[in-house]
Amino acid sequence: MTLQEIIDHLDAEAILLRHSPGQEVKHAFAADLMSDVLRLDASEIILITGLANPQVVRTAEMSDITAILFVRDKAVTAEMISLARESGVTLIRCRHSMFKTCGKLYAAGLQPVF
Amino acid sequence: MEFHYHIEGGDFSRAGSASSEVKKILKQLNVDPRVIKRVVVALYEAEVNVVAHAHEGNMTVTLDPGSIEAVVEDKGPGIADIDLAMQEGYSTASPRVREMGFGAGMGLPNIKKNCDRLDIKSVVNAGTTVKMTTFFTG
Ligand SMILES: Nc1ncnc2c1ncn2[C@@H]1O[C@H](COP(=O)(O)OP(=O)(O)OP(=O)(O)O)[C@@H](O)[C@H]1O
Ligand SMILES: [Mg+2]
Repeated sequence: MTLQEIIDHLDAEAILLRHSPGQEVKHAFAADLMSDVLRLDASEIILITGLANPQVVRTAEMSDITAILFVRDKAVTAEMISLARESGVTLIRCRHSMFKTCGKLYAAGLQPVF
Repeated sequence: MEFHYHIEGGDFSRAGSASSEVKKILKQLNVDPRVIKRVVVALYEAEVNVVAHAHEGNMTVTLDPGSIEAVVEDKGPGIADIDLAMQEGYSTASPRVREMGFGAGMGLPNIKKNCDRLDIKSVVNAGTTVKMTTFFTG
């Protein structure tokens, strides 16, 4: 699924696009626990999270994660945006709950990491 | 080549900046992205451990044609039982650390998984030294 399709399915907001909207992400992972994200072998995925702090962006940077999707309209700070810009991570935000966000994307065909 | 970075304990807003610098260097050197990911994930876990559990620390990274060795050394409470700390799920992380998305007791096992050699030495009430080695080939 492309980043643009993800944005369209969720009526989401692209806070920072560091990839083209046509960039494919094959898999998604949802977590608020960065310890779990850091254990993934997969890269070039989209991380769906309800946690909004600079460590989420750092974790994405280290794990080669393409994009972070923040749910429930979480506040994304200028510091997080600047870290993401520097490290090449795309930031997207939607207003839905975690469960609804995951359900919509799963139904639309986005694959889980495992 | 050798690189040095300082790590401030308790400063979550800067946690990861040392690992991020190392990642940039490895990318410039065209190291295999899969190897880069293993190295920087291990480094980042060790860096976050200093921020979460210790007072301050230093990271020294030594690059050779065939390997990368990283030593993360801190002043802090130390680890009384390293075998226990290595177990998945064992954590003494504070509520503040958990709020940041850490403290699952997965960091040390994940470091072990992501490097080829791991050596941890610790003295209670003095500090901890984590030495990680990863080979670029074979
Ligand atoms: N540098 C350190 N100084 C003092 N204690 C440490 C240090 N690193 C790890 N520990 C101890 O070992 C425990 C396990 O560490 P580990 O990295 O596996 O988990 P964690 O940091 O608690 O959680 P996570 O890494 O999943 O975010 C810690 O909770 C802490 O008690
Ligand atoms: Mg840890």
